[in-house]
Amino acid sequence: MALNPDFIGRTYPSSEPYLVGREKIREFARAIGDANPAYHDVAAAQGLGYADVVAPPTFAIAFIFASTSAVILDPDLGLDYTKVVHGEESFVYARPIVAGDELVVVNTIENIRAAAGNDMITVKSHVSTTSGEPVVVTTMVIVARGTDAQ
Amino acid sequence: MTTHLKFTDVVVGTKLPALSVPIQRLNLIMYAGASGDFNIIHWNERFATSVGLPNVIAHGMFTMGAAIRVVTDWVGDPGAVVEYGVRFTRPVPVPDDGIGALLEIRGEVTELLDTGRVRITLTASSAGQTVLGKAQAVVQLA
Repeated sequence: MALNPDFIGRTYPSSEPYLVGREKIREFARAIGDANPAYHDVAAAQGLGYADVVAPPTFAIAFIFASTSAVILDPDLGLDYTKVVHGEESFVYARPIVAGDELVVVNTIENIRAAAGNDMITVKSHVSTTSGEPVVVTTMVIVARGTDAQ
Repeated sequence: MTTHLKFTDVVVGTKLPALSVPIQRLNLIMYAGASGDFNIIHWNERFATSVGLPNVIAHGMFTMGAAIRVVTDWVGDPGAVVEYGVRFTRPVPVPDDGIGALLEIRGEVTELLDTGRVRITLTASSAGQTVLGKAQAVVQLA
């Protein structure tokens, strides 16, 4: 079943604020096997000019994932989640994420298309501080394998 | 943003030190917990093989997160990475055989941009096969 094209351009309400924790950054860095002192050591991060430990470049996915999951699991969209694979991901930073940031996510379905029997959906997530400072924009392409042929 | 690397010190073709990252099931369990992505294909072999995968596979975002270290180790300050994007071209199976998988990452400066930025093109492979496509990062140098 093809996806519902009416969803193209749909923007969802802002997420609840996510408080970036120092221990969450350390946990994420350990999980990707990265001992960079800027992720773990407050003094090292401050030596680079940051207020607190810095988040790894892909850290944002840890809080964006929950909000985009809600978007792509909307039953009216028609995505078969059992067939879903992650196709592409990108991050464009206005500035690095630092422990103590309080961030909100606004998701927009940028595109829906079918190619080679697969359905593809592109979700753009604008992340900013609760005071409106832009921080990062992510673009996620989700592929549902073989669903356009059904 | 503070990096010791100067824009004038790099040229197109500058190679970054390569990196090998061993991946065991434990790494995927840790990544599931840290990222909140508990998709069963990343930890349950019975389920993964039942949906046609060769084995439990690494989260694409684990591979993406591990691969950028070739850049952040080189530049020192991870905040110097201003853009990073990849395509997930092939899954990375992680067997429960005491060995797991090995991810091999390379990076090379492929473009000098304005305002002191450079584009790095990354290659990531496992078991001799490319696992990330169009993997590129833009880094702000001093």
